[in-house]
Amino acid sequence: MPADVNDLKLVESILKKYSRKEDTVAALQELQQTFGYLERGHLELLAKQLSLPLVHITGVATFYTQFKFTPKGTYHISICRGTACHVKNSETLLKHVERKLNIKAGEITTDKKISLECVNCIGACAKAPAMMINEKVYGNLDEKKIDMIIHSLE
Amino acid sequence: MTPITALADLKKGHEALTCDRITVGLATCGISAGADRTLAAFQAANLPLIIENVGCLGNCYAEPIVTVRQDGSTAIYGHVTEDKVQKILDAIKTKTICKELFLGRTLEEIDFYKIQKRLLLANCGKINPLDIDQYVATGGYDGLAKALRKKPQEIIEDVLASGLRGRGGAGFPTGQKWRLIAVKTGKKILVCNGDEGDPGAFMNRTVMESDPFKLIEGMTIAAYAIGSDEGIIYTRAEYPLAVKTLRSAITIAESHNLLGKNILGIEGFNFNLRIVMGAGAFVCGEETALMNSVMGLRGQPHYKPPYPADKGIYGYPTNINNVSTLSFVPLIMSMGAKEFAKIGSEKSKGTAVLCLTGKINRTGVIEVPMGTPLREIIFGIAGGPPQGTTFKAVQCGGPAGGCVSEKYLDLPVDYESLLSIGAMMGSGGLVVLNSDSCMVDVAKFFMSFTRSESCGKCTPCREGTTRIWEILDKITKGLGTPKDIETLKSLSQYVKENSLCGLGQAAPNPILTTLAQFADEYRVHIEQKECPSHSCRNLVHYRINEKCTGCGNCARHCPVHCIAGRLKEKHVIDQSVCVRCGACYENCAFDAIDKG
Repeated sequence: MPADVNDLKLVESILKKYSRKEDTVAALQELQQTFGYLERGHLELLAKQLSLPLVHITGVATFYTQFKFTPKGTYHISICRGTACHVKNSETLLKHVERKLNIKAGEITTDKKISLECVNCIGACAKAPAMMINEKVYGNLDEKKIDMIIHSLE
Repeated sequence: MTPITALADLKKGHEALTCDRITVGLATCGISAGADRTLAAFQAANLPLIIENVGCLGNCYAEPIVTVRQDGSTAIYGHVTEDKVQKILDAIKTKTICKELFLGRTLEEIDFYKIQKRLLLANCGKINPLDIDQYVATGGYDGLAKALRKKPQEIIEDVLASGLRGRGGAGFPTGQKWRLIAVKTGKKILVCNGDEGDPGAFMNRTVMESDPFKLIEGMTIAAYAIGSDEGIIYTRAEYPLAVKTLRSAITIAESHNLLGKNILGIEGFNFNLRIVMGAGAFVCGEETALMNSVMGLRGQPHYKPPYPADKGIYGYPTNINNVSTLSFVPLIMSMGAKEFAKIGSEKSKGTAVLCLTGKINRTGVIEVPMGTPLREIIFGIAGGPPQGTTFKAVQCGGPAGGCVSEKYLDLPVDYESLLSIGAMMGSGGLVVLNSDSCMVDVAKFFMSFTRSESCGKCTPCREGTTRIWEILDKITKGLGTPKDIETLKSLSQYVKENSLCGLGQAAPNPILTTLAQFADEYRVHIEQKECPSHSCRNLVHYRINEKCTGCGNCARHCPVHCIAGRLKEKHVIDQSVCVRCGACYENCAFDAIDKG
């Protein structure tokens, strides 16, 4: 479970580990790892901590696709859209999941349980089509298999 | 010369590698197929055998893979999911083999491995990735021990003589790259580029997960040769297992004095290694972009010169090599440059590590001598496309590479041959396409990839990739005009010639190669508004034929409720509402839906 974004003590304890400009990406990664996404207020605190303008922090954060600015669900589904997955119909699977969860890629279910996104390649090409739920990889998917996996989350 | 004492202590590995044991492949591919549960099931069985996790053997199509060595004889099993563990346990009990899951006694017996030559991947799937004793028992750190008896300059000469070229794609001679930085004085940084963002390539992940000490040893030799004391492995956040494995491996190497200060007792030879995680930007595989990312900046490339060897991370001379390139170094040291140079073709030495994916029977990561013809790889190792379909093309080298049609299949896999037809080695990903794949759609797919991964710094790449994508999108929707082909060609050429970095310069390759080899497919999309492979969604129609029994299954699966009909009577699809998702086609048990 992601930590509470209002826990400023926790934010502080993370930020104090970083002091140099080169730490920007690593600090953002730890913030996201802890809270599930990047909260605007935390970015302001990071800017202060690194003595950098906020625009540097947001510039870096928005450049990399890993960083999210809205909360993720308890289960974050990343559908792989790499080449091998594409030729094995991952687009159809994506549409299927979108219909099933009634959300689009980049969105989260109303109960905040499941969020969905597309990623470019998770390197499980030999098991295409593949997806990741949090850090676990699932391969050789079809609609039935995805249904079973999603049901097991609920 | 100080005796290399720390290595002499690492002897237990021999025993581990030769004793009776059960190993389960637990790299990402294996886990995705349920190998973690397979391992747990073996552990729960309370066998008198050692049960151990290893990395990836490369035959990902057969995951989860289990190797059993009993009374000195080995059996390799595939598709051993949790529910099949009992069958293997029964075989162990009766000292027989389980025929149903049996792949072979040795790798050489299995078709997938017959023409392979596994040097870099030799340990993958055979040793516990984090057991340094086992690594040493397979000849690990022999390369470093040999290298430390030489002068740095001699190592560089060896690497030059071996003919090793960068495995990241460009194929620049590694020895030359090292020579450029070795002459610099002061602090130097050695970077391993493990930002394997090419969709369809995962050989770096395989090595990092399955044989991390090989990479660490290679980097240590490189650091000694070029005179660097700081190493960085830049890898992807999308590879959590690789990051975790490398982190542990670095700690283990440090505790054995194989990293850190005065390595192996050599006074003054210090080398510290750390991991920097990327954050999901394909362009960071480009070396100047990678350096910016390491420095905590937006990962945008810059114009060269200055080259990294002159002015790299924080202004220090920086040397950047790919994971495979660095992992070949210990082998070159231990087998000798001459032996290494005997393998491969005239200009491309050694072996090529390739990933086989897409519409083929056997997917996985393979290693063959450079110069092996594509046909042998695709039809020999990979077993060709699935039954009932025919081979159409193979996409070589990811989004920067190109498509190779049947006509060129006898081309050997090496840097020059692939470049000669507009494709490239790239990272070594081979995605096979069959008669079900539409080449225009594939070209569009690559463009949507490079378009979203373009960093936006230079206009030709940022705008060009978007315009090319728009034209391709139009064509796949049946709205193309004959003039589009000419526009695509000239625009592609323009983007290729004018982009700042390799991403933009190579982005049009898939378009240009498909235009050259599959012009007919483009023409049919434009002139007849049809997709010959029935793959482009907007050009496909689903119709219910006379075989319909009126079971209503299609109607139940239709997400937009556009299928109507009475029970036990033929149903009809309302074409004006149909979103062409194919759910009816997939779910019909009577072959009553025509796709066309």
